[in-house]
Amino acid sequence: MKILVAIKQVPDTATQMKLGADGKTIDPTGITWIVSPYDEFAVEEALRIKEKRGQGEVVAVSLGPDRVKEALRSCLAMGCDRAIHLNDPAWGAADTLMTARALAAVVKQEAPQLVLCGRQAIDDDMGALPAQLGELLGWPSAYWIMEEAVDADGKTVRVARQVEGGLEVFDLPLPAIVTAQKGLNEPRYPTLKGIMGAKKKELKDVKAADVGLAAEAPQLSITALEALPPRPPGRIIQGDLPTAVKELVRSLREDAKAI
Amino acid sequence: MDFAFTEQQELIRKEVASLARSFPADYWLEKDNSAEYPWEFVRAFAQGGWLGCIVPEAYGGSGLGVTEAAIVLHEICAAGAGTSGASPVHFYMFPPMPVIKHGSEDLKRRYLPGVATGEIVMSFGVTEPNAGTDTSRIETRAERRGDRFVVNGRKVWNTNARQATHMLLLARTAPRDPAHPFAGLTLFFTPFDRAKIAVKEIAKLGRAAVDSNEIFIDGLEIPVEDVVGEVGRGFYHLLDSLNPERIMTGIEAVGIGRAALERAVQYAKQRIVFDRPIGQNQAIAHPLALAWAKLETAELMCLKAAWLFDGGRPCGAESNTAKLLAAEAGFEACDVAVQTHGGYGYAKEFHVERLFREVRLYKIAPVSQQMVLNYLSEHVLGLPKSY
Repeated sequence: MKILVAIKQVPDTATQMKLGADGKTIDPTGITWIVSPYDEFAVEEALRIKEKRGQGEVVAVSLGPDRVKEALRSCLAMGCDRAIHLNDPAWGAADTLMTARALAAVVKQEAPQLVLCGRQAIDDDMGALPAQLGELLGWPSAYWIMEEAVDADGKTVRVARQVEGGLEVFDLPLPAIVTAQKGLNEPRYPTLKGIMGAKKKELKDVKAADVGLAAEAPQLSITALEALPPRPPGRIIQGDLPTAVKELVRSLREDAKAI
Repeated sequence: MDFAFTEQQELIRKEVASLARSFPADYWLEKDNSAEYPWEFVRAFAQGGWLGCIVPEAYGGSGLGVTEAAIVLHEICAAGAGTSGASPVHFYMFPPMPVIKHGSEDLKRRYLPGVATGEIVMSFGVTEPNAGTDTSRIETRAERRGDRFVVNGRKVWNTNARQATHMLLLARTAPRDPAHPFAGLTLFFTPFDRAKIAVKEIAKLGRAAVDSNEIFIDGLEIPVEDVVGEVGRGFYHLLDSLNPERIMTGIEAVGIGRAALERAVQYAKQRIVFDRPIGQNQAIAHPLALAWAKLETAELMCLKAAWLFDGGRPCGAESNTAKLLAAEAGFEACDVAVQTHGGYGYAKEFHVERLFREVRLYKIAPVSQQMVLNYLSEHVLGLPKSY
C-alpha cells in the first residue's frame, strides 16, 4: 500500500515572530524551522500502517523553498521511503488552493491509496488544504482523526474523529484523505541509523512543469499583517489577605467587569 | 576552509536537541536531588542508536567520528541535561576508542555490539590515589597466571561503578623502568566482577545522579583474551581515547554554558526592576554577551580539534587548548548566569545553580587546567619541563 504524507515546514513553536519591513510578510531571520507538529502525527501514522501491514511505501511531499529539504530529510530519517519537493519560484506566493492543485497533480502521478496530513499547519492555521485537495481529487476525506484502521484488503479505512463528548466513526473507501489530530499517536524520534540512512534515500525536486501545471496567480493574497497589541501589565494587589481579597473582588467586578 | 556542518551533522544536531529537550529541567533537578541514575534518559538514547555513534558499522554501531560525538554531547548539555546527562552517554563515546583501534577481532566481536546497544554499561579505571596525573606511577598490578591475569590494587574517581557491567582497566604488568616509565602498563576491557571489586562512593559537589567512586580490586581474574592490544603497551593504546576525551568533555562544558546562558538571557529579558528589564542594563548585558563570545570561540576550538582527530592528524595541542578554553568559557557562562539571576540564581528551582556546580568539574577533569598549560608550555612552546 502506497501512502503519501503532505507536510509543511513551519517556524518552531518557540520562535518569536517579527514582521517584515513590508508589513505583509514574516521576517525569516533567526527562525528555526520544523515539521509542523500535526504533520508529524501524519508521518508517524503512515509509518505505523506500513509496519503493521509489513509492506508498502511512504512518500513525504512538501511545497516550499530550498530550506524545506531539511524538513523532508527529517521525514526520511523518521522512516519515510522517499520524498518529493515541490520547489519552483512559480509557487513562491502559493496560497492554499495553488498548493492543493500542486499536491493534487502529484497525487495523480503517484496514485497512492491514502493521503495523510496534519489537521492544519501551525503557522497560518488555515486548515484549508485537505478539503481543497479532496475536492480537486474527488476523494472522500475525514478530518481531525484520533484513530484509524485500514482494513486487511486495503479497500477501506475506518476512522474516528473527536466530537464533543465522544468519537464519531466513519468508513471511507480508499483512496481517501485523512488528517491527523493530536492524540492519534506519539511520533517517534529519528534514530541515528535513520538519520544516516536518510541521505541515501531519494529526495526528488519537482517543478510546476513536471506535474503539468502552468503558472497562475494566487487567488488569496495578504494585504497586511499586524502584531498582537502588547499585553497590559499585570497588577499585584498589596495588603493583608482579607483586604486584598476584597480589593480583588471589587476590581474584578468594577474595573474588569468579569464578575 | 569550510565551517559548515554537513547536512547529516545538522540533522544529528537537530534531532539530538529535540530528544534531549524532551527531558525537562525538572527531570534533572529531581535526579540530582535523589541521586538516581538517569536510566530513562540513557534508554531513550540507546533506543535511538546514539550510544553506538563511534562504534564501527561492522559491530552494530554507526561508525561516525569524534565530530559527530561532540555534536551529540554539546546538544545534550545545551538542552540543560548538564554533566548528569552527558556523562552516562559519553562513556560510549571515548572509552571504547582503544578497543576499536587496538582490540583484537575477537575482543571487538564480543564487546562492541553490546556497547553500541547500551547493554554494556562502561566504567573507566585509570586514575589512582597515589599516582594522579602521573599515570606511569599507578600501583594496580596484573600478574599473569597461565591463561589469565590476576589483578590487585585500587582506583579512584572511577565513574559509574555503581551501574557498570564492564570496565576499561589500566594495570602494571611489568615493573616501572625510569628510562621507559610508560612501558609495562596493560589495558584490559573486562566484566565488572563485583565479587572481586568493592565499590565505595565519593560524595561530591555536583552530578549526584552519576556516581564517582573509589574501587578496591582484590584478586580480579581477567582472561588473556580481554587484553586490549598488546601487553605492556596499554598506556599508548589509551592515548587514543585521551584526545577525544578532552574534545568531548570540552564541548560538554560549552553546552552547559549555553544552557545557563539561555536561562540567564530569558531571565534578563523578563525580570523587571526599576521599571525596566534588567537586561537593559549594560552591567547585566555585557557579561552575557562576553560569555556568548567565549563559548562560541571555545566551541570552534573543540570542533577544530575533532576535525583534526577525525582526519587522522595530530591534535594534542588543539584538544588540550579546546578543553582549557571550554572549561573557562563554560564556567564563566554559568557564573554570569547565577549572577544575572541574583538571589534566585542560588535557588535550585531556577536550575542555573545545578549547572554552576556541575560545570566546575571541567576545570579539574579529565585533566586540570594547570596540566594543560604545562603541556602547551613544554610541547608547543618548547619550554623546559617544570616537573
